[in-house]
Amino acid sequence: MTTPFAIVHPGTGNDAVPVTPKNVPVHGGPVSPTAEAVAARFPGAVLRTVVSRGETTIVVDGARAHDVIQWLHDDPSQSYEYLSDVTAVEHRDLAQPIEVVWHLRSLRFRRFLRVKVLLARGAPLVAPSVWDVYKGADWLERECYDMFGIRFDGHPDLRRILLWEQYKEGFPLRKDFPLRGRFSRSEQLRNALAANPEARYSMEELSIADAFEELPLDMRKRITSGEATGE
Amino acid sequence: MTDKRTLEVELSTTGMGPDGRPQRVPLVVGGDAGGLALAAPPSAEPELEGEHMLINIGPQHPATHGVLRLVLELDGETVVRCIPHVGYLHCGFEKIGEYRQYNQIVPWTDREDYLNSMGNNIAYALGAERIFGIEITERCKVLRVIGAELSRIASHLVWMGTTCIDIGAFTPFLWGFQERENIYNLLEGWVGARLTTSATRVGGMAADVPDKWIEGLQGFIRTFPRTIDECERMLTKNAIWVGRTVGLGVMSPDEAINYGLSGPMLRASGVAYDVRKDFPYLDYETYDFDVAVGSAGDVYDRFLVRMEEMRQSVRILDQAVKRLPDGPVNVDDPRVILPPKSKATSEMESMIHHFKNVMEGPRPPIGECYVAVESPKGEKGYYMVSDGTSKPARWRIRPPSFVNLSAIPKMVEGHLLSDVIAINASIDIVMGEIDR
Repeated sequence: MTTPFAIVHPGTGNDAVPVTPKNVPVHGGPVSPTAEAVAARFPGAVLRTVVSRGETTIVVDGARAHDVIQWLHDDPSQSYEYLSDVTAVEHRDLAQPIEVVWHLRSLRFRRFLRVKVLLARGAPLVAPSVWDVYKGADWLERECYDMFGIRFDGHPDLRRILLWEQYKEGFPLRKDFPLRGRFSRSEQLRNALAANPEARYSMEELSIADAFEELPLDMRKRITSGEATGE
Repeated sequence: MTDKRTLEVELSTTGMGPDGRPQRVPLVVGGDAGGLALAAPPSAEPELEGEHMLINIGPQHPATHGVLRLVLELDGETVVRCIPHVGYLHCGFEKIGEYRQYNQIVPWTDREDYLNSMGNNIAYALGAERIFGIEITERCKVLRVIGAELSRIASHLVWMGTTCIDIGAFTPFLWGFQERENIYNLLEGWVGARLTTSATRVGGMAADVPDKWIEGLQGFIRTFPRTIDECERMLTKNAIWVGRTVGLGVMSPDEAINYGLSGPMLRASGVAYDVRKDFPYLDYETYDFDVAVGSAGDVYDRFLVRMEEMRQSVRILDQAVKRLPDGPVNVDDPRVILPPKSKATSEMESMIHHFKNVMEGPRPPIGECYVAVESPKGEKGYYMVSDGTSKPARWRIRPPSFVNLSAIPKMVEGHLLSDVIAINASIDIVMGEIDR
């Protein structure tokens, strides 16, 4: 029989009884103590601290975002051990930068923090991956890449997840992507009919099994040369 | 030699650990294991060549609960590697939401986690109200608690039924769906729809509960615990159920937190994190209920946690019915709430107000918020970014089953192919929410 795990109780570092937030101000309000702690630990890394609807957002320098999040996760005084979400925001005003957003929770202190990195227009969209800190970031970052085209530096397996690997129309949640898709209906239909329904396995999957020996020669060549169907 | 039938009976009695918790007793062939041993087969099979096999489950497979596709690399019957494929139901909810006014998004929330439609409506409305800066009325809060807990029970009942079918039991499925029918009858009496309720509006509900509806709910509260007892009697100490669930897909507390699991998946691993308790909303801190926590982190504990959660939901429902106050359901805020239809067709001002609210839509102040609730699957969050127009600049769903499912390669590794089905069922996935 497996030994039972010890129960982990949230809120051990915080005596305050959690209550439903009431009359949350639209702007302003108390700033999370974490914002100051990050600014003290990483001088110059916090570009801006914003409080909106009672939630603290810190906008950090992209080059140091990974270190900041790693520290927030590891440091016992912060203990942000739970990653709620990784996503991105593109504003309708295309002059504004694209934002990558991490929603972190500290179960021990019952705190919530939003960390943002701004990605400038014109430069390649690259953000640090936090997969090595939170394993839960794996699919969330893949989805973010799939929808926005943001590459997460350090992610082990950055492929499309909700759309199929051969999808060519671009990144749907970008504001320049039309609601009906980039291709015309006839083009979408033509692509769908031209697709090979037999090709249900990716190169990577085929290469792991004995099926490799039975593949056509050109496919084996492509696999051995390291080609992936991802892009 | 013992025949198979006796063996099952023996398993159910000797399968109890010293703490009274059923444990998995492996059948030993030819060994000495206290009455559980089988005679060794006459001649052992020769060792087979270790060829790995690639096997594909889904997307059209009844045990994948929708259109999930798993590609498994097998060594004999043991899973070496699992590659999940999702996205077959992707409809771009988040993209569509950027072209819809805040109230027009409510029907989309029905269709993501369609077993918990009303819970999603409520979660979305809470997020939208936070971004508008609206405080809802007391009656609305209690009604929303009732709606959320009813849909939690409905969702868990579907989970229980479908998991039983996956594992080979049919009766609890029928019992569970009978009770689910009662819940859907109640919802139908309230908002007119059974599955896709679209029950909330920004600042209130689509409808107040009709007369005598509360009596129907009280009847449900009275009779439902008996059904849970019956299902538990069928399953909790059932030899087949225990043998097929205990010790499968174990996640330790640290792993579960690191993988971002939430809901019953996280609590079964011994982490007592419940959004209702730790980051409360709708005054959940004033209700008296317990958080069900497991200690083994396996499929069996997830089952126990979900069964206990249904009991706790009944407790919350009971308290909510007793405290349901009189008064208006919708806030008195002409920015978001439509005038009554009779006024809109008879008074000029109300008609203009109605027209502007429907055609242009209410505009929230600039800003962003993330509001999370405890859905049956886990922490369901809505992240909304407003740029001051009547349509959100970004509307993001934090899907609990998506994150829970992302741990499946870790959970099924080293288990048998038949156990993959049980582990997959224990995650309680809804593909509508995963693919969105």
